[in-house]
Amino acid sequence: MSTLAAQRPPSRAESWALGATGLAALFGLWTLLAISGVVPAQFLPTPWAVAQRFVELTHTPFTGYTIQQHLASSVQRYLLGFGLAAVIGVPLGLAMGWFRWLDDIVTPLFEAIRFVAPIAWVPFAALWFGTGIGGPTLIIFMGAFPPALVNAYRGARFVEPRLIEAAQTLGAGDWRIIAQVLLPASVPSIVAGLRISAGLGWQSLVGAELIVASSGIGYLIVKGQSNISTSTVMAGMVAIGIVGFAIDVALRRVEARIHARRGQ
Amino acid sequence: MSRRRSSRWGVGLASIAATLVAWYVLMATGVVSSARFASPREFWAALVQINVQGYADARLWQHVWHSSKLVAMGFAVAVAVGVPLGLAMGWSRRAEAFFNPPFLLIRPIPPLAWIPLAIVWLGLGDAAKVMVIFMAAFVPSVINSHAGVRAIEPYLVEASAMLGVRRWPFVREVLVPGALPYIFTGLRLSLQAAWTTLVAAELVGALHGLGQVLNAAAQDIYPAMILVGMVFVGIAGAAMTWLLGVAERRAMPWRAA
Repeated sequence: MSTLAAQRPPSRAESWALGATGLAALFGLWTLLAISGVVPAQFLPTPWAVAQRFVELTHTPFTGYTIQQHLASSVQRYLLGFGLAAVIGVPLGLAMGWFRWLDDIVTPLFEAIRFVAPIAWVPFAALWFGTGIGGPTLIIFMGAFPPALVNAYRGARFVEPRLIEAAQTLGAGDWRIIAQVLLPASVPSIVAGLRISAGLGWQSLVGAELIVASSGIGYLIVKGQSNISTSTVMAGMVAIGIVGFAIDVALRRVEARIHARRGQ
Repeated sequence: MSRRRSSRWGVGLASIAATLVAWYVLMATGVVSSARFASPREFWAALVQINVQGYADARLWQHVWHSSKLVAMGFAVAVAVGVPLGLAMGWSRRAEAFFNPPFLLIRPIPPLAWIPLAIVWLGLGDAAKVMVIFMAAFVPSVINSHAGVRAIEPYLVEASAMLGVRRWPFVREVLVPGALPYIFTGLRLSLQAAWTTLVAAELVGALHGLGQVLNAAAQDIYPAMILVGMVFVGIAGAAMTWLLGVAERRAMPWRAA
């Protein structure tokens, strides 16, 4: 029996072939189900039909906008919600890491709210901020805020005491310590948190747009659903996947660059 | 130390109490309009209403039970498929080479994006909910079981190979227990994702469940009931996480401090 350590790893050609087989199995099965008519084409279009629909959506408007315009309004909301989460969450997390009283005050409230799924804010988001840009932004914020805060807080708490003591000896005040000692020392933790925030924010955005929006990529797929146009739904899912993937890759790059600069 | 801890508790309780008082005062003085948010009294009235007369076609416990049951079903199926798949991918480099590319294609699609597709395929009933919960819980189960196998100390694997441990005893005695800490991390993430996704799916369209309470309350512009819905989404989520924690301590008695 081959075990984990004793196993001979497959050659590069072999793993390439296995991977290609895996993909072929996925797309083959999908195509087969679609063209055999076991599932009606309206409910399961072929991969090719989805690709065609995707191209079509880039120049023919669906529910008023092309897919690029839907994506543009999604990204706009996303940047606003994620930006707010970072701008509020990171400084608050650092301050909580430094001022114990602030930590003691905020933590119980934060813990109480954290268990409520971001998507459950949808009714209040719509009631308070409407369905344009404000409502979805609140939900993105609710999804992206906790990791931004928690990681900044942890980063600040685990700064080497030596650094803090040195700064104090040199007469640095509270705010200067936060800005010039805690912040630079917790950058890796903050960036890791923001990467999680970015992913959760994107997910929350999709959820928000399914329910409270009149444009955007989530709105596109939910309208595709009510028109029973499965190819539109799938084309939208592909677009959501690509953007989510691109966000993750971009932030991984940033993270790797920061680690490289710090010689880790 | 204990003095510090008790002062922490004091400040924490004071902070929560201050929030509750601020809530009452803001609502009572009319600074926040009652069309926008509910006063404590209205919250209580809504809580009584949903428990006694019911709201959105059922009583509170029926909604909670309905949602929890769906989460349990979708979660169980996802774990039953995802964990063995992740273990296989961690164990065999060939299984990894085969399953990873299709998996990587599906992974970036957020679970919530499956909701419209599930509705097209399966309608507004329970089957669609179980499908989206499955999609939400599946990915973290696979990823973490995979990582868990890779995190097993190589000397354990080598020692069992040297001792001639056979395949099934190896899986039972080394592979699964070795990967268990990561598997449970995956289950926790799966469960959270499953719960969020279900609430979203119920908000998009459902017949029963806590998300449906939120949905009906939003349509009725009934802030107190929205608040009741949110509070119980939080409580049910916390309760599930707690139950999983209990299961985790049972499953890994050797880790108990």
